[in-house]
Amino acid sequence: MPETLTVRVNGTPVDVAAGSTVAVAVLLSTGVCRASVSGRPRAPLCGMGTCFECRVEINGQIHQRSCQVLCEANMEINAHG
Amino acid sequence: MDSVAQRSFDVAVIGAGPAGIAAAVAASESGARVALIDDNPAFGGQIWRGGASASHHPEAGHWLDQLSKSGVTLMAGTRVFYSQNGALEAESDHSLCEFLYGKLILATGARELFLPFPGWTLPNVFGAGGLQALGKSGLPVKGKRVVIAGTGPLLLAVAAYLSERGADVLCICEQAPFSQLRAFTMAMASFPRKLVEAAQLRFRCRRAPYLMSSWPVAAIGRDRLQSVQISDHHRVREIQCDYLACGFHLVPNLELARALGCSVTDACVEVSELQETSQPGVYCAGEPTGIGGMELSIVEGRIAGYAAAGRIISANQLLATRTRYRKVVNAMKKAFALRPELATLAKPDTLLCRCEDISFADVRNHASWRAAKLHSRCGMGPCQGRVCGTAAEFLFGWAMDSSRPPIFPVRCSSLAAISSPASPAPRLGGSQ
Repeated sequence: MPETLTVRVNGTPVDVAAGSTVAVAVLLSTGVCRASVSGRPRAPLCGMGTCFECRVEINGQIHQRSCQVLCEANMEINAHG
Repeated sequence: MDSVAQRSFDVAVIGAGPAGIAAAVAASESGARVALIDDNPAFGGQIWRGGASASHHPEAGHWLDQLSKSGVTLMAGTRVFYSQNGALEAESDHSLCEFLYGKLILATGARELFLPFPGWTLPNVFGAGGLQALGKSGLPVKGKRVVIAGTGPLLLAVAAYLSERGADVLCICEQAPFSQLRAFTMAMASFPRKLVEAAQLRFRCRRAPYLMSSWPVAAIGRDRLQSVQISDHHRVREIQCDYLACGFHLVPNLELARALGCSVTDACVEVSELQETSQPGVYCAGEPTGIGGMELSIVEGRIAGYAAAGRIISANQLLATRTRYRKVVNAMKKAFALRPELATLAKPDTLLCRCEDISFADVRNHASWRAAKLHSRCGMGPCQGRVCGTAAEFLFGWAMDSSRPPIFPVRCSSLAAISSPASPAPRLGGSQ
């Protein structure tokens, strides 16, 4: 079994396999990364850092592409879908 | 304000997929001091994402091993956003770095082409390679009902990958007709290994029907995907599913090449016999010179790496191999040419620009990409038109303007740190 670690998405703990990206943690919890400029829910599209749909707040830093950031233990992720 | 760490190299390679890794290894074994810089958190590009253990390609293990044994300075999670006076400005999560280089090799790879259709912005509609990348990044897909759609050899690879990890791949919708796919198979007859590879991929996802002349018409759902309507031989039917993985083959990442002033023709960077662009000392290898796959990328990378390090004889020895693999570029272009119906899927209220929520109707009556940007704000968001601009090229036949720095959104402090009276700050665009 791969090692797991726990992050928090909108305050709720989520377990992910070590080496997972933040996008994975969001998809395993709320499934929505952000609200679009007209308020519609958005989630990862390209998975490789080009589309910017998966932006979330990570440890207080806004506009982070969740598909390009690896989860670290106790990371605080805010996905305002 | 961030301080700028300055580092100097003989050769800087941007992009650490097959082309970039091969280029960096070749330049390094020639004695050059080499930096390999990539936006992603790990090396291997998209095709070798997840390392050798996640890949069916023996090349992945070989090249990642060669890279680790080389003296190449590895800079992952580092985005090059600006270039001025022979230096590259790059940002990582916590720092800012300036790379001075003698020679530069662009190996910026490709991205998927996404086309708008009703519902394409719903959560759980992914790119085809997008869902595979998320799988390789830790997303479990076991038990998920997945429709795979779009075009290109990637669809089969994604279906095989997802099937093996327990996904229920309901069908693979390839927009190309049988006649084009048959011609592609014939054209690939001189690459028996590739044909065997394709057969193996098909075997690994054998439970999923492979539909030709089939494409997505709409994604249905309220707050997330519930079903997909597909056109299958001109009949529309609806399939309940958890995920749609949809991508219309690949387009090169040209932003950095364009910002550096490299000549681009037919959406590919022009290169010389030795992979040098129209800008002296700037080389380009891999998908930006034409979508040709891993083998071509590796050989182009090696040629560029040797040439940049001055080992012209070693570079010349690889030209025949490159000529052989170059045939794949045209074969793929023909086989996976997009059918005109795909330009008619979007309804007037379907969003084209996902960053700024600009509809198809708001964009379609403008005369050019530039006019559409100025009047509607499409392409002015954080992706800087990487999604909608690329779609607009196909939908409206618009040529992309040259790209302006910063070529990635960056922190204001990064822009401030690189500005000086001698070098005016680049225009802000989509920054945070």
